[in-house]
Amino acid sequence: MAVQHQPAVHHPEPPSGFLRRWVFSTDHKVIGIQYWGLAILAVLVGMTLSALMRLQLAFPTGTWPTLAKIFKTGFAGGVMAPEFYISLVTMHGTIMVFYVLTTAPMGGFGNYFLPIQIGARDMAFPRLNMMSFWVTFVAFLVIIAAFFVEGGAPMGGWTAYPPLSALGSIVGPGQGAGMNLWIISIALFCIGSLMGALNFLATTLGMRTQGMSLGRMPLTVWAWFTTAVLALLSFPVLMGAGILLLLDRNAGTSFFVPEGLVVSGKMIDHKGGSPLLWQHLFWFFGHPEVYIAILPGMGATSQILSVFARKPIFGYRAMIGALFAIGLLGFFVWGHHMFMSGMNPTTAIAFSLLTLTIGVPSAMKTFNWIGTLWGAQIRFTTAMLFALGFVSLFVSGGLTGLFLGQTSIDLFLHDTYFVVGHFHLIMGVAAIFGMFAGTYYWFPKMFGRHLNEKIGKVHFFLTLVGVYCIFMPMHAQGMFGHPRRYYDSTSYAFLKPAQDMHLFITIAALSTISVQILFFINLLWSWKKGPRAGKNPWEATTLEWIMESPPPFENFHADPVVHHGPYEYSVPGAKSDYIMQTDPPDAMPAGHRS
Amino acid sequence: MGPLLAILIWGITLWSVIITARANGGMPHRISDAANQINAQFFTTLVVVAIAFVLAQGLLGWVILRYRGRAGQRASYNHGNQLVEVGGTAVVGVVFVILAILGQRVWANLHLGAANPNAVAIEITGEQFAWNIRYPGPDGVFGRTMPALYDAISNPVGLDPKDAAGLDDIVTLNTLAVPVNQPVELRLGSKDVLHSFFLPNLWIKQDTVPGMRIPLRFTAREAGDYELLCAELCGLGHYRMKGALRVLPADQYAAWLVETKGP
Repeated sequence: MAVQHQPAVHHPEPPSGFLRRWVFSTDHKVIGIQYWGLAILAVLVGMTLSALMRLQLAFPTGTWPTLAKIFKTGFAGGVMAPEFYISLVTMHGTIMVFYVLTTAPMGGFGNYFLPIQIGARDMAFPRLNMMSFWVTFVAFLVIIAAFFVEGGAPMGGWTAYPPLSALGSIVGPGQGAGMNLWIISIALFCIGSLMGALNFLATTLGMRTQGMSLGRMPLTVWAWFTTAVLALLSFPVLMGAGILLLLDRNAGTSFFVPEGLVVSGKMIDHKGGSPLLWQHLFWFFGHPEVYIAILPGMGATSQILSVFARKPIFGYRAMIGALFAIGLLGFFVWGHHMFMSGMNPTTAIAFSLLTLTIGVPSAMKTFNWIGTLWGAQIRFTTAMLFALGFVSLFVSGGLTGLFLGQTSIDLFLHDTYFVVGHFHLIMGVAAIFGMFAGTYYWFPKMFGRHLNEKIGKVHFFLTLVGVYCIFMPMHAQGMFGHPRRYYDSTSYAFLKPAQDMHLFITIAALSTISVQILFFINLLWSWKKGPRAGKNPWEATTLEWIMESPPPFENFHADPVVHHGPYEYSVPGAKSDYIMQTDPPDAMPAGHRS
Repeated sequence: MGPLLAILIWGITLWSVIITARANGGMPHRISDAANQINAQFFTTLVVVAIAFVLAQGLLGWVILRYRGRAGQRASYNHGNQLVEVGGTAVVGVVFVILAILGQRVWANLHLGAANPNAVAIEITGEQFAWNIRYPGPDGVFGRTMPALYDAISNPVGLDPKDAAGLDDIVTLNTLAVPVNQPVELRLGSKDVLHSFFLPNLWIKQDTVPGMRIPLRFTAREAGDYELLCAELCGLGHYRMKGALRVLPADQYAAWLVETKGP
């Protein structure tokens, strides 16, 4: 059911019941906040899991009587069990990738701001939007339930490679009921994301207000749009693969399991499948997923850099082109996750060459961000600091990809901590910096109150130093050859220099996690007590800033008419240093009209 | 705020370069020509990345420091410069693609060359959580195996007693002995789940996949005892799927085979 543009004068009322207004809401802003809240809940779980992993890595022989009281089987006798460690790895990865990195930037900020930024009153399909959130929420409950079933949480890694993921509890605790729940959760998540993606595309293409041509859309909208295309094309493949895996496990099919397997002396009754098939399907989704996590961060960064540099974005069209190029190339490089898988080595060469070409649009983005800052009058708000941090992390995490994209270097570095350091910098921390930037930037609009800037800045500086202290040394550990997903590496003599770094990383990780308390306190305190935000506290140009904070139900009292591009800052001869998109045409000095 | 952030970014950059340079000196000792070639490619990439890293972070710090806002002043107004965008991106593109092409040589040598008929053939079969290692014995032919015959103690690789070629096969656990300076061709497989066969001193790894036999070649140039480990998550004992690589002079290797075969 599409909501068409309403008549120009219109006084919509929100539903009066609490449930329809705040729980089962079809209002894109409420749904955006629900997604954002879900991501915060999920990040708390994911962070806790990583803290437990870091304890084990720094103190492989440690005993933890207190933890044994909470995790009775995981810490039986006060010592962390190896299977518990692997389940932490698995659940940390799954929860972070799906329920944080995919939900907050896209479902959260995208839902809230995409319709507003294009001048729409809601998403194209509000009921579908509501459904997409609730399906995702149920998916989250299902993955959390995996902790509590017999055998505990799954231990197949977030990539769930078969046969380990296909054979049930015979290959390890957690691979029984826990693994089934993992697959069901991911399949549900795929359904939710598909509904969301469809909505984003229909809304962007069909619901733009008068004057909002494609060439006047903010880069945030372009980023969400590109992300939605990626989600629409990649999630169905993961869902299909997940269903096949579920059938292999429970219905006796053999898509991923070959003949002749013997586990713990027992013959496995499967034949004809291929473990590599799963890897192809998984990474056909998995690589675009990396961009699903990071593209919205790029959009937010572009937006925020321009606002607080008080300059137009450098190379607007090139930035859109680069978004599309990264998204498109992202579908042709999945094989770089599989150089060592046994895949045809000639194919690996093709994947390697394609992978390194992604460096080209990525470099273009970096150039243009620095170009945007060149000649700027930078205002160092917390949002701006996080956007600048994003650029730094994007450069660091992007460049280390140059090692891993090469077949020959991957012979040594594949599945080592170098990989862990690389992807955490780029798709983990950079993406999270994008979310922090978005939160500090949009919180005043979403909740009508400012976050505390002083606390925000302390939060930023400590987090920036913290994340580099965690993930840079991991590259060194990888160079020493330390494999990832190791419960304990102390029996390997050649890994001595890498082991010595674990304690430092753990201290950095626990400190950085503690620093996040500042952020949560800031959120809670400012939500109730922060200074009131006006309509346009940042003196920005896009449509969300023409309305009260928080925005009224259905956003616009009258449909806005757009006359200007999204990045008209510091136009010579203009009255102020920014021209809002809805300002009358003559706000633009005659010499600069196009 | 600007100076603090700029100095921090430069400081992090310097620190990253230092720890990476130090790690570069501590990478596993290399005992093959291929390892040296991989290392050379790694080092070339390290230099290129270090230059790009320092330039990009340095520039980022500089613009943050240089373009701090001052009250009442307006920023410069421009929407971009195609020459800078296209030119800069083209340079990066050319460097990256050259790097990618250079990086394929070692890979092609390792995986695409013709098999050496004189290579010492050894079969590796991973299982949770050990490495079964099989030599063809004096006849140079591996005997037939059948999964149905697997027995953890008496027949770990499932040798078929009806096949005469298998009678002299030598089967051992977790210790891979190879002769120094002789080409070796491993045939990697797995009984149960994925594993990855990782020899850090040869700088190579290869997943072992049930249902497949994947070749992996190397020539070890330096006798000694080295470590062997699993690099693909295979279950709760993944971290302790440890083995040993013994690179032996020819005579000691021959003696080791006889001794391992037993009576």
